[in-house]
Amino acid sequence: MVSYQRSCGSDQMKDVIHNAYNRTRTQRFLWNNAMVYILSLCALGILCILFLILFHLFVQGISSLNLNFFTHLPKPVGETGGGMANGILGTFTLLGLAICVGVPIGLGAGVYLSEYADQRFAQTVRFMADVMNGIPSIVYGIFAYIVCVLPMKGFSALSGGFSLGIMMIPMISRTSEQFVRMVPSQLREAGLALGVPKWRVTVDIVIPAALAGITTGIMVALARVAGETAPLLFTAFGNRYWQHSLTQPIAALPLQVFTYAISPFDDWHRQAWAGAIVLILMVFLINGWAQFYVMRRNRWTSGK
Amino acid sequence: MLLKTKDNERIIVPGVPADLNDIQNGYKSMSQKGSIKVKDLNFYYGTLHALKNITLSIEPRQIVAMIGPSGCGKSTLLRLFNRMNDLIPLTRVEGEILIDGVNIYDKNTDVVSLRRRVGMVFQKSTPFPKSIYDNIAYGLRIVGIKDRHILDGTVEKSLKRAALWDEVKDHLGKSAMSLSGGQQQRLCIARAIAVDPEIILMDEPCSALDPIATARIEELMGTLKEDYTIVIVTHNMQQAARVSDKTAFLMHGQIIEFTKTTDFFTKPSNKITEDYITGRFG
Repeated sequence: MVSYQRSCGSDQMKDVIHNAYNRTRTQRFLWNNAMVYILSLCALGILCILFLILFHLFVQGISSLNLNFFTHLPKPVGETGGGMANGILGTFTLLGLAICVGVPIGLGAGVYLSEYADQRFAQTVRFMADVMNGIPSIVYGIFAYIVCVLPMKGFSALSGGFSLGIMMIPMISRTSEQFVRMVPSQLREAGLALGVPKWRVTVDIVIPAALAGITTGIMVALARVAGETAPLLFTAFGNRYWQHSLTQPIAALPLQVFTYAISPFDDWHRQAWAGAIVLILMVFLINGWAQFYVMRRNRWTSGK
Repeated sequence: MLLKTKDNERIIVPGVPADLNDIQNGYKSMSQKGSIKVKDLNFYYGTLHALKNITLSIEPRQIVAMIGPSGCGKSTLLRLFNRMNDLIPLTRVEGEILIDGVNIYDKNTDVVSLRRRVGMVFQKSTPFPKSIYDNIAYGLRIVGIKDRHILDGTVEKSLKRAALWDEVKDHLGKSAMSLSGGQQQRLCIARAIAVDPEIILMDEPCSALDPIATARIEELMGTLKEDYTIVIVTHNMQQAARVSDKTAFLMHGQIIEFTKTTDFFTKPSNKITEDYITGRFG
């Protein structure tokens, strides 16, 4: 106590500090509240934007959203009605193909970077992945056009899936690396101490322990590419009918929305809005399912 | 592949030469295996000389406690017995550690099979994200044992041996993470003994447990001693006094004293040991 008083100097100095503190009290109080208020407005802004988008979509598109939309092919120009059944199925097909390309490579790279790679190399690859994440999606489309469409001599579902798949690789690799790295090192040591070879520890223990996070990463990547239009323009190309093989051009919701939205027909505009609603619902469902899965998985790994 | 279910029963798994497994797994009924001899051991983390001229000898089926202030190198020494420090980059070992007379730091050592003979239990319980059953069976499955009878038998035997069976027998399919801290630690012990090691290393196994769970683990160690050599690192001197046959006291990377536990705590020969156990520092 004695030494505290000595270090603070005289009583006079203490008064100065006290007065300054009291003087600024109201000001502090105001600023504090103002900041909370401003920040909460920003948070509210997110909700507003989302609700405005949804509101517009529903107002414009709800009239075209009926059972036919999900079960029928597009009608020829001039006829009203019809649907985007082929587009919906096409989008799912493309996403399935994209998973086949993106998940094995992305996950493999992520696990390698976390478990095996030396730090310099990992750093470089991580930087490259970030660069890849920033590449505009149309560039992926052109790339897929050159390496896939040209050699195959035609637009196809395969090349569409390929372009979406390579877009997913850096996203999945980054998230899975991050979540695999977060697995406590004791868990790895415990596996190794049991006489388990390292690759089995990685496959049987480390990846399952990170599975919730890895799945979330995959779902987020999937939801992002589900709505991509640009890479599909020169790969999947679109199709007004059912496609019968993966080597044919394939319809996709975002493509169809794009084509319909720039058409001069009112009915097609309404259908474009409806297509946008379905697309957003799909993304919601994918994200929602991922959340649900993560919750269940966490319950398993944290033992509740 | 040989596997011991009861004391004298041998199960031969086809496809793996039996004599090879005798050597690798150290079939225990043949002789008392599980001795550790450390000769002039020096260990470095980069430039840090962490262990200096360690020489000690641990006989089979004994409990040896290693105590000492934080950073004295006791965990480092423990982790050398199953080459766990290999995982840390820039470490260097000089000297020899002989387990059953074979230098484990020899170039030809198969580290994976060494670790099957030298099990380990960590400070923080480390159940795998699997069911209770799969946690125990994992060590066997990894070497290709699929026979349900052997797996079931080993899971039951190991859990009984680790005094956990009665608490979990009705929900072996539940996540191992749902167990309490003390149960998880006993699960880890059961998992370690399921692969039938010779030596069990314990790195402060009770430091995260309450006194009741600690008492259970200590009791368990007393019974495990009949079959295994146990080396335990502990911060708790009372624990060392309660459970161990011999105690090693380490400081600044050196062994200050290594004698029978009864002598260690009643008539220490070294002044530093005496100061440490009477609480004058540490």
